[in-house]
Amino acid sequence: MAEVVIAKPGKLPVGPIGRAGIGWWGISALIASEAALFSYLLFSYYYLGASAPLGWLPEPHPKMMPVLPNTILLLGSSFVAWYGERGVEQGRRAQALIGFGMAFLMGALFAGVQVYEWHERAFGIGASSYAALYYTTTGLHMAHVIVGLVILAALFGWTAIDYFSPRRRISVSAGVLYWHFVDVVWLFVFTTYYVTPYLGFAR
Amino acid sequence: MRAPAYRVPEIGEDTPALRARLQEIWETPPGLKGWLVTTDHKEIGLRYIVTAFLLLIVGGIEALVIRLQLAGPNLHLLTPDQYNQLFTTHGMTMIFLYASPILSGFSNYVWPLMFGSRDMAFPRLNALSYWVYLFAAFFLYAGFVVGAGPNAGWFNYVPLAERPYNPGINEDFYAIGMIFLGISVTVGAANFIVTFFKTRAPGMAINRVPIFAWGTLTASVANLVVIPAVSLAFFLLWMDRQFGTHFFSAAKGGQPLLWQHLFWLFGHPWVYAIVLPAMGMVSDALPVFCRRPLVAHTLVALATVAVMILGFGVWVHHMFATGLPGLALSFFSTASIAITVPSAVTVFAWIATIWLGRPVITTAFLFFASMIVLFVIGGVSGFMTASVPVDWQLTDTYFVVAHLHYVLIGINVFPVVGATYFWFPKFTGKLMGERLGRWNFWTMFAGFNLGFLPMHLTGLLGMPRRVYTYPDGMGWDWLNLITTIGSFVFAVGVLLFVINVWISYRKGAPAGDNPWDAPTLEWATPSPPPPYNFAVIPTIASRHPLWEDRLQESEGRSCLSRGMTLDQGKEALSTTALDADPDRILEMPEDTSAPLLLAIGMTILFIGMLALSWLTIGIGVLACLGALLLWLWPRRDLREREPAPRVAHG
Repeated sequence: MAEVVIAKPGKLPVGPIGRAGIGWWGISALIASEAALFSYLLFSYYYLGASAPLGWLPEPHPKMMPVLPNTILLLGSSFVAWYGERGVEQGRRAQALIGFGMAFLMGALFAGVQVYEWHERAFGIGASSYAALYYTTTGLHMAHVIVGLVILAALFGWTAIDYFSPRRRISVSAGVLYWHFVDVVWLFVFTTYYVTPYLGFAR
Repeated sequence: MRAPAYRVPEIGEDTPALRARLQEIWETPPGLKGWLVTTDHKEIGLRYIVTAFLLLIVGGIEALVIRLQLAGPNLHLLTPDQYNQLFTTHGMTMIFLYASPILSGFSNYVWPLMFGSRDMAFPRLNALSYWVYLFAAFFLYAGFVVGAGPNAGWFNYVPLAERPYNPGINEDFYAIGMIFLGISVTVGAANFIVTFFKTRAPGMAINRVPIFAWGTLTASVANLVVIPAVSLAFFLLWMDRQFGTHFFSAAKGGQPLLWQHLFWLFGHPWVYAIVLPAMGMVSDALPVFCRRPLVAHTLVALATVAVMILGFGVWVHHMFATGLPGLALSFFSTASIAITVPSAVTVFAWIATIWLGRPVITTAFLFFASMIVLFVIGGVSGFMTASVPVDWQLTDTYFVVAHLHYVLIGINVFPVVGATYFWFPKFTGKLMGERLGRWNFWTMFAGFNLGFLPMHLTGLLGMPRRVYTYPDGMGWDWLNLITTIGSFVFAVGVLLFVINVWISYRKGAPAGDNPWDAPTLEWATPSPPPPYNFAVIPTIASRHPLWEDRLQESEGRSCLSRGMTLDQGKEALSTTALDADPDRILEMPEDTSAPLLLAIGMTILFIGMLALSWLTIGIGVLACLGALLLWLWPRRDLREREPAPRVAHG
């Protein structure tokens, strides 16, 4: 007679511990889908750019001021948000509040500068397929920045009323991961719209 | 007091006292409120199935009207515009609102039972995906009902779908509705993926997973990354139509072909997404009626994954006639031909299973076995059009229409009806009528082939798709008449199915737990299963936990009557992705109105987009935000936060 197998695990974590938990898988799946969305947008740019006639790119090429410092600002906010997450991880509430608050302000400043960028553009959204792509891609990214800012504000508020502990903080880790995604995806948008014209892509 | 962060799960017997305790924890209160807030995967699965079948009937009635219009030459039952709306809405309904949701419904119901688990990984997300599906279906149909249905074909090519050529609101309904529906599919896909990898019973290692689960998994992975392509395409189309952008217009640097790329980048993986789970149903259920395990289980699982991977590289075969460079055509033609290899592996595995087994001819068996025939016919016509010169000859003719109906009805509808006969006893505790079942099967099978087999010839004789009528003397008259007759016979078959479901639901013979003597875990539960599915978490030792004593294929024996009780709250078990070793006790969410509220918020948002009313859009966004805060607010019972130790009350 064959033996009956029965799983008798030892101590198991109950619910999410730290960043580990089933919610981590969920936020990763969301980010994978969002990343796909941006990759199709950038595919559209490269597809239209590669087959476009001379004059598709607006002259002069997009300037690096103020977008380069703005990019550095947004990437910096990722580190600041991480600093805030570390604060929760180590039970230092003040550090967490500074981290989330600063990241929020940096993200908001980025958004403001981006709106200024839009106003500086000489063309409207209906001018060409380039214009349509430029405003749609940066606009969709802006929508993600706004969602990220809401998340950072929520994390700030929840930390302020002392919801989290080093052990129970999956909301913090998931929210900060989403903010990292918003920042990393901007790098691809930035490279596509501001760097590749100088590398000779499209005419 | 802090809830303990770690715990050794209690091991116990399956006792009535334990069941009573779990019932109290897991039960959804009856009444309207319970109906609106439930997160039970079985309830949601059944809603998916019922809604999708209703939409199948609606789409079928549309098809019958189309066939009446085409029954003879020069008929004028419909105006050209009505015809355009009707065939577009028919395609939209069958492909987006029936074929995928019906499979989600079965997977929703069956997966946790197959996995020996108590619910899906994300029960609230599950409820959301159903509500969004339902509201998006209403949204997509709203235009049709008021006489402004989509009218540019289900794949909606530009420039026809652009505003200068299509000035009504028809395409806006379609564009926004499809973005809306995409949310449902995406969150559903994420849920299936995590459920597959994290909630299988201990011991159900990756090589012991039923093929049906593989089918839905691969479909879900594809959906997760390709739905954004079609959502984006429809969003850009809406921008073109409402804000004068130039994504798809040939003027000002736009490209009509960009639409086709974005649409088919999504569209072809989607085709596999709506057949692979159905093929999985056959792979799991057909062997039950052959009284032996599936031949080459591992190969079939690998073939399922291979089809999906190759499926990402075949989209251009919808675009062979668009003037793309020859090198691109060769690549996509090769990929499209190569995909027949893993498909053939699966087909031969099914045939070998019947060959080596002792078939019991039930209605379900007939549906599954006939599906193999239809799959081969649809596969061969697909293989033919994968060749570029043949495609150039046949594209946009009725040959393609015949092909796609063999594929979608043959590999989706037939297995799904078979699966209904198979799992209906589990859903309801009652068997479906076998005598009426035979009538049901043979009418559907005869009607389908009578309708669609001659259609290949109609296409070879040159009849183009999507014409609302045709002149006589083209040699198409009698073929079209036969197709129309066949379609009505097929419809009678579907009607017999509906009647059988109704009668069996009312007074079918009691089924018991395992009427088919099937090997997988869902048959170890009562029919219908209790809200918590399993009183004790089973431990799995083989692919066929209920056939182990006969098969002797594993050293150990699965344990179903004794295991982790997990009864200190609404608890479930999480296991590792590959070996399914227990790694966490999951705190499952209580029933909640947040998913319904979020779906309502989205509906307001999309109505605002349709009406271009910024106020409505704003209200929708705020409603979504409110629902999300309600949903994501860190909760103590889900262990997302600690009780604040320093705050003293009172």
